Amino acid sequence: MIRVILPPQLRLLARAGYEVKLAVDAPVTQKTVIDALEGRYPMLSGTLRDPATGQRRPRLRLFACQEDISHASPDAPLPDAVATGAEPLLIVGAISGG
Amino acid sequence: MTGIRVLVGTRKGAFILNSDGERRHWDVSGPHFGGWEIYHVKGSPANPDRLYASQTSSWFGQVLQRSDDGGKTWETAGNEFAYEGETGTHQWYDGTPRPWEFKRVWHLEPSPGDPDTVYAGVEDAALFRSDDAGQTWRELAGLRQHGTGPQWQPGAGGMCLHTILLHPQDASRMYIAISAAGAFRSDDGGASWRPINRGLKSEYIPDPQADVGHCVHRLAMHPARPEVLFMQKHWDVMRSDDGGESWHEISGNLPSDFGFVVEVHAHEPDTLYVIPIKSDYEHYPPEGRLRVYRSRSGGNEWQALTSGLPQQDCYVNVLRDAMAVDSLDPCGVYFGTTGGQVYASSDAGDNWTPIVRDLPAVLSVEVQTLS
Repeated sequence: MIRVILPPQLRLLARAGYEVKLAVDAPVTQKTVIDALEGRYPMLSGTLRDPATGQRRPRLRLFACQEDISHASPDAPLPDAVATGAEPLLIVGAISGG
Repeated sequence: MTGIRVLVGTRKGAFILNSDGERRHWDVSGPHFGGWEIYHVKGSPANPDRLYASQTSSWFGQVLQRSDDGGKTWETAGNEFAYEGETGTHQWYDGTPRPWEFKRVWHLEPSPGDPDTVYAGVEDAALFRSDDAGQTWRELAGLRQHGTGPQWQPGAGGMCLHTILLHPQDASRMYIAISAAGAFRSDDGGASWRPINRGLKSEYIPDPQADVGHCVHRLAMHPARPEVLFMQKHWDVMRSDDGGESWHEISGNLPSDFGFVVEVHAHEPDTLYVIPIKSDYEHYPPEGRLRVYRSRSGGNEWQALTSGLPQQDCYVNVLRDAMAVDSLDPCGVYFGTTGGQVYASSDAGDNWTPIVRDLPAVLSVEVQTLS
C-alpha cells in the first residue's frame, strides 16, 4: 500500500486522518498516486491539480524520502521506498501567507 | 414557528447563526470548513434547507459544498468551471491582454423556483449555471463573448462577477455586475447580454459614454419592483428606474459615496441601506464611525443610523456581499465586517446589536427567513 500524508486542509475536506493508505497499480508515479487518491476521495478532485490544465497547483509541493520531487515528471516512478510503503509521499501546502 | 438563519462566509470558514422570530438570542454553529475561505453561502428560496457554499483556497483551488439539512451536514458538489469555447483575453491591470483563468466562485444565486438550479458568478468574470444541484456547471458564455470582454479589466479585488439578480417573475430577465466591467442585462435567460451602464460616470474613464469599465461594487433590487435597480459603485450610489437602461446618482447627503454594500428593505421598495466607506484607499468608515445610512425616499435623502454601532475608533470595512435583510415585520437588517462582527437590527435599522463579534473577517452575509 502507498502511504500518503495530506495537509490539514485536505484532511478536513476528505474527512481523513493524518495518513491515508492507497492501493496503486504499477507504475507508481505522482500521477497514478494522485489518481488513486482522487478515486478514493472524490472530494479532493481539483484540489491537487488544476482541472483545466491538469497541472499541480503551484502552492503544493510533493516530498518523498526527504527529497522535493515537486518538479519531477508526474509520470516518473516514485522511489522504491514509497512504492513499497516503507516511506510516505508527503503533500505539503507551501508556507506562503494566510 | 418563524426563525432566522444567518449564513456567514469568512476568511477562515463558514458560520451559521440561528434565532427565533424575536431575533434576541443567537446560536452560533461553526466554523464549517475551518481554515478555508468561504466567499459565499446562500440558501434556495424553493427549499430553505438546501444551501450552497463556495469554499476556496489559493493553495487548493475551488470546492463547492451543498447541504440538504440547513447546514448541519455538507457534501461536496462539482468544482469544474470550464470556460466555453475560445477562452480569449481580457485586459490586465497594465492594459495588456491576459487570458481568462478561473480562480474562484464569488457568488452563488439559487433559482427562486428550483432548488437544483443555481448560478455561480466567478473570477475571472463569467457566469455559470447548474441544473443538477451543483454537480455539473456550464458557462452562459454569451456574457463573456458578447463583444466587450476584451476591454474588461480587474478591480483591485480581482475581475469578479459578484452580483446576480434574477427577476422574480420573468425567468428570462437577469442582471449581473462585474468589477471593473460594469452591469449587464439578459432578456433571454442568460443566452445573450448587453452592458447597462449609461449614466455612470467614473473619473478614471475618459469617455463619459463608455459602455464598460465601470467598477460596480453591488446591485440591489426589490422583488416587487424589479425594474428599479440600486447600485453602489466604486464611487457614487446610483439608481435606475428602467431596468438599467439609464442611471442617475442618488448619493445626496452621504458623508462619502464610496462603499461596497447596498440593500433594499424587505417590505418598502423605496427604503434602502448603504454603509459609506471613506475612500478607495482608506477602506474604513469616515471619522472612524460605523454608520449605516438609510433612505426612505429611494435615495438622495439619507439618515445616519448609529444606535448600537461603534462611533469612535472603528476602522473595519464591510464587503460587497456582506449585507442582507430578513422578511419579518419589522424588517431585520444584517451586515458583517472585516473585524469579524455581524451586526443586526430587528427594527429596520433604528437600533443595532452585534449578534456575534469575534469571527474571522466576514466576506458575506445572507439571511433566510424560515417558517
